[in-house]
Amino acid sequence: MQPNDLDRVARQIRLRDLQAVFEAGAGHIGGEMSAIDILTALYFRVLRIWPDQPKHPDRDRFVLSKGHVALALYVTLAKRGFIPEDEISTFLKPHSRLNGHPNCNKVSGVETNTGPLGHGLPVAVGMAKAAKLTGAAYRTYVMTGDGEMQEGSNWEAIASAAQFGLDNLTLIIDHNRFQQGASLKDTNNLAPFPVKLEAFGWDVTEINGNVMNEIVPALEKRGDRPHCIVAHTNKGHGISFMQDKVDWHHKVPNAEQYKIAVAELSETL
Amino acid sequence: MKDVMTSPKLHDCRDAFVAVLERLGAEDPKIVAVCNDSVGSSKLGGFKSKWPERLVNVGIAEQNMVGVGAGLANGGLLPFVCGAACFLTGRSLEQIKADIAYSNANVKLVGISSGMAYGELGPTHHSIEDFAWTRVLPNLPVVAPCDSIETAAAVEWAARYEGPVFLRLSRVGVPDLLPAGHIFEPGKANLLRDGDAITLIANGTVTHRILKAAEILAGRGIEARVLNMATVRPIDVEAVVAAGRETGAILTAEEHSVFGGLGSAIAEFVVSEAPVPMKILGVPGIFAPTGSAEFLLDEFGMSPAAIAEAAVTLIARKSSPA
Repeated sequence: MQPNDLDRVARQIRLRDLQAVFEAGAGHIGGEMSAIDILTALYFRVLRIWPDQPKHPDRDRFVLSKGHVALALYVTLAKRGFIPEDEISTFLKPHSRLNGHPNCNKVSGVETNTGPLGHGLPVAVGMAKAAKLTGAAYRTYVMTGDGEMQEGSNWEAIASAAQFGLDNLTLIIDHNRFQQGASLKDTNNLAPFPVKLEAFGWDVTEINGNVMNEIVPALEKRGDRPHCIVAHTNKGHGISFMQDKVDWHHKVPNAEQYKIAVAELSETL
Repeated sequence: MKDVMTSPKLHDCRDAFVAVLERLGAEDPKIVAVCNDSVGSSKLGGFKSKWPERLVNVGIAEQNMVGVGAGLANGGLLPFVCGAACFLTGRSLEQIKADIAYSNANVKLVGISSGMAYGELGPTHHSIEDFAWTRVLPNLPVVAPCDSIETAAAVEWAARYEGPVFLRLSRVGVPDLLPAGHIFEPGKANLLRDGDAITLIANGTVTHRILKAAEILAGRGIEARVLNMATVRPIDVEAVVAAGRETGAILTAEEHSVFGGLGSAIAEFVVSEAPVPMKILGVPGIFAPTGSAEFLLDEFGMSPAAIAEAAVTLIARKSSPA
């Protein structure tokens, strides 16, 4: 799929995500909007996956470490054919498979259970290490939030990925500059990320994480070291009044706001 | 069952663990060992020299170690994640919960030097909370073998079982109690001695102590039932209920806090299914003083003689429950 088509799919995913948050009355819409372009590029262009064989041993692995944006993953998986599209309407409902954080034993296409932060990257290191040990050709991608990088377990994993020479691992940091309560800068400012990752022995690519022409080549880049994409994104991207507002970490639009957001996202469909 | 009084040879159960791991590792290239700079303390030197690439040492980073274990399993391997029980369970409990148990990763967690094996090193290195921390998690069998024979059998079982397991091993020498060729059945207690006056239940390094206590009791004409209950979760409810109904009193002993461990797990069923007088021996909810594991077990009332005395006291309560 080419960048223009990917943009169209990303807007459709944004719209469905917005509707689901509005209907469920909950979600993490800000971080979902920041991540959706990258998720779209992964699932509709980069990942070697077979929705009808979700456990195929040669599948590329994707781990959503920032599990609180599960809804964006569910909508993407549904659009890609892993789960029924009409199931999105069950999001957060009693006994739905689609709870607020992804469950690999219930939702096809999810690789490991995330939710508590700082878990996905160590697991992804294990996946990439397994490929090295077995000679498997699959590649492992993992997405963290920028605030999530405050969890020390990530840095344990970053060190071991370099030690193990995991050139088959790509970490994407969704650098939307905001965490739950405040900006990254005003909380525990790990930025700039590139110099830190490079110091650990990683290759680093900085991109605008909401621009397909930058996302796709970064995800497809191959080198001889673990690769970190520092994706500069906008929290709430695509919906003007949400953009870069910390309130929209997990706020739910009211009816009027919802109408405006739908109109904005529909304009460009 | 062997006569423990005349079989003084003591075994470090880590030897049985690695012997089986290396035998299975030769048959199955999917078996890998993961550790936290604990090659020596986990006795993985032999595994490492045979298959250096299959020994994944993440360094001193237990959260990463457990996560990496989950990822290796996702990639089709069969990881045995080994580390000192105090760090493996305490430092990475959330990883054990989310990445292993909840994700149903086929990972075998092996807690080495559990209980007070590192006695003199102090409470930071004691692992007397690990039953409580792990047995509360769904989907995670918790197993503390009593001797080298049961350790070997449990490792064999764990390798074949599809799903997470926590094996709690010690380094303190224990005599062999179970018969050679014993096959481990999860959730099944082993009857080591029968009797109707009381039931003594233990696991791990304490089983041989309750067996000796039963011999002391027998010398006083009191016949105690002795159960080895390696599996703390799922507990052998049938054996617990039978113990309550048929012997009328239950005494448990463990190298663990009295809060939340084997005794607590048994009490949860005694209270609803077969309420009888019960006594839980273990570390009495304190940070233990300096001393070897053997010294501390004695100190906390788990010498065979003290266990026998506690049993006599408990038996007296059968007739006057108040």
